[in-house]
Amino acid sequence: MRHIISVMVENKFGVLSRVSGLFSGRGYNIESISVGQTLDPTVSQMTIVTSGDDNIIEQITKQLNKLIDVIKVTDLTEFDHVEREMMLIKVQPRVEHRAETLRVAEIFRGVIVDSSAKTYTIQVTGDDKKLEAIIDLLRPLGIKEVVRTGKVAIAREAKS
Amino acid sequence: MKLSGAQILIESLKREGVKYIFGYPGGQVLNIFDVLYDEKDIQLILTRHEQGAAHAADGYARASGKAGVCLVTSGPGATNTVTGIATAYMDSIPMVVLTGQVPNMLIGNDAFQEADIVGITRPCTKYNFLVKDVSDIARTIKEAFYIATTGRPGPVLIDLPKDITVAKTDFKYPEKVELRSYRPTVKGHVWQIKQAADAISKSKKPVIIAGGGVIISGSAAELKEFAEAAKLPVTMTMMGLGGFPGDHKLSLGMLGMHGTYFANMAVHESDLLIAIGMRFDDRVTGRVEDFAPGAKIIHIDIDPTSIRKNVRVDIPIVGDVKDVLKVLNKTMQDEGGHANPHRKVWLDRIEDWKAEHPMDYEQGDVIKPQFVVEKIYEITKGDAIIATEVGQNQMWAAQFFKYKKPRTWISSGGLGTMGYGFPAAIGAQFAFPNKLVFDIAGDGSIQMNIQELSTAVLHNLPVKVAILNNCFLGMVRQWQELFFQKRYSSTCLTGTPDFVKVAEAYGAVGLRAQKPSDVEGVIREAIKVKRPTFMDFVCDQLEKVYPMVPAGAAINEMLFRPPDCPPGEKLICKTVKQELKCRCVRAKRGM
Repeated sequence: MRHIISVMVENKFGVLSRVSGLFSGRGYNIESISVGQTLDPTVSQMTIVTSGDDNIIEQITKQLNKLIDVIKVTDLTEFDHVEREMMLIKVQPRVEHRAETLRVAEIFRGVIVDSSAKTYTIQVTGDDKKLEAIIDLLRPLGIKEVVRTGKVAIAREAKS
Repeated sequence: MKLSGAQILIESLKREGVKYIFGYPGGQVLNIFDVLYDEKDIQLILTRHEQGAAHAADGYARASGKAGVCLVTSGPGATNTVTGIATAYMDSIPMVVLTGQVPNMLIGNDAFQEADIVGITRPCTKYNFLVKDVSDIARTIKEAFYIATTGRPGPVLIDLPKDITVAKTDFKYPEKVELRSYRPTVKGHVWQIKQAADAISKSKKPVIIAGGGVIISGSAAELKEFAEAAKLPVTMTMMGLGGFPGDHKLSLGMLGMHGTYFANMAVHESDLLIAIGMRFDDRVTGRVEDFAPGAKIIHIDIDPTSIRKNVRVDIPIVGDVKDVLKVLNKTMQDEGGHANPHRKVWLDRIEDWKAEHPMDYEQGDVIKPQFVVEKIYEITKGDAIIATEVGQNQMWAAQFFKYKKPRTWISSGGLGTMGYGFPAAIGAQFAFPNKLVFDIAGDGSIQMNIQELSTAVLHNLPVKVAILNNCFLGMVRQWQELFFQKRYSSTCLTGTPDFVKVAEAYGAVGLRAQKPSDVEGVIREAIKVKRPTFMDFVCDQLEKVYPMVPAGAAINEMLFRPPDCPPGEKLICKTVKQELKCRCVRAKRGM
């Protein structure tokens, strides 16, 4: 099963390789990993998407916790959470499809961040389903390149 | 007053109470060695290979319980320590490895003798540091020792670029360490401990499996008290030997692949395993699906990742073994859990197993390796530190010597490093100059770090190496004999030198025992001379380690010495000459 694990780490060089090395060394799978600084500049937050049965996920969270530079590990899959990913899509539509391209971007609340005589670059944010859907719609119009950030996720606050 | 980085490093090591550094100099650590030249409180022990330095530091740590320290240069010096670091990592041994590095400005340039040792050792250290600024040295040393020796201990590497050993700054050694991301759990969960106490008092067929954690946490006394009070039989993993007295009536000896029949049977039939400071290695469990099928498992370990990694666990307790055992014992006492009417039946059952297949061998005309180990035990009355290499020698040393105290058994368990024992014995002898220290070796593994004879001779260390010489890489040969139709591929050690002459060439003492009646005299002589000694025991070449759980079998599916194939000299000669055409030195000498 797919899990999203949020890992708070010391913001030091080498930490990313300690984490990724743990996954490769023990044969765990990484679907995506994204890292960024938090409000506290000495701390970074990683979001790792991985998959495995319960035993593997238990080992992954324990092994992550064991790393000296890891401050906190949360398996967000266990909580109500929001996950988002950003994607940049460079589309090269035929002239008659340029308007259609813009319309698709608009439907998905995409933003045109670059345009040239032949291409549009669309920035779009969302969860897996949304990103897959826009790719499906744009593919027949001519996608030139796709770049994705990997997921970031955060737990939802309890309502009320 | 400002001190150089090299001075700060040595001052910091002094604050950590370091007496010995095992090391080897080189270009990038010249400044550090220059400081050591005048140093009175810390002695640099020059080994003859960086691997030897790492193992010696490890052996020192295992014998003394303090962190071992090792200092080498960059590049090849650093990479040569990797096997030693991985060995220590697998067995949770506290060690601080200091490596030189090319100057900061050259890092990443493929400079002469540059290696990314922090990258290389990331998966085999508990933690490692690249120190980029002289002002970070003192704090780094403090943190390194703290990380290496607390929680589940392990090796920590500090990479020191040359320029920071020259640069100067004020020296102030930090008094304490505060790492927000590293806080090992020491105290066990009280409710879990209570659950464990209940399970133990209800159990009809309990067995304790004591691992290396008992030794690391210094809880041999607590374990003995607990086992005696609750009348629990105790088996040990190889790393746990010495954690419970081997000559105790509740001791079942070692379990696992080459464990005793009675330990393996007891574990297999048990209804409750109390696993203490061990990690259910595959050498212990055999086929995992059939491991202790009827048993509930209580697992006490300081490392949460050890729990439920290999086997299902019913009552996990994360915490320091010493702390947990104290509370557990007290809980059981308070609740009257120690009185158990079923215990006698179970202990009697185990006695039957002991009678059925005791650990034995038959000593004929040729020296049996087990006989050598037993003689060492008899002569020293068990009061010795025994280091081992890896292979058959290690298993016989584990089976036929009864370790009574912790830290008297020094052997590479997890990684299984041949060439470990001799330098480790040297390290142990530095920790305890007046104790008898043996390295039980094979003719294969002793050759992997034989150069350390120089180190032993130079410091006149009375380390006694008992070479169980069978002209083979015996353990691999044993597998080939049993599972590869006696196709002895590359296991006959043709070209092995005359170990007596090797010892003499180094200025050590060389002794040889050719027949069983020589064995005792040779051991006594080695003890008497008080100098580094090689004892070459010309052993039965076909002797195998039994019982044996074949790979992939459950631990109750043991192989025993086949009754129709009595160990005899004829068979040995035939095999060696006809099938192998082995031209060992021994054959040439007409032995």
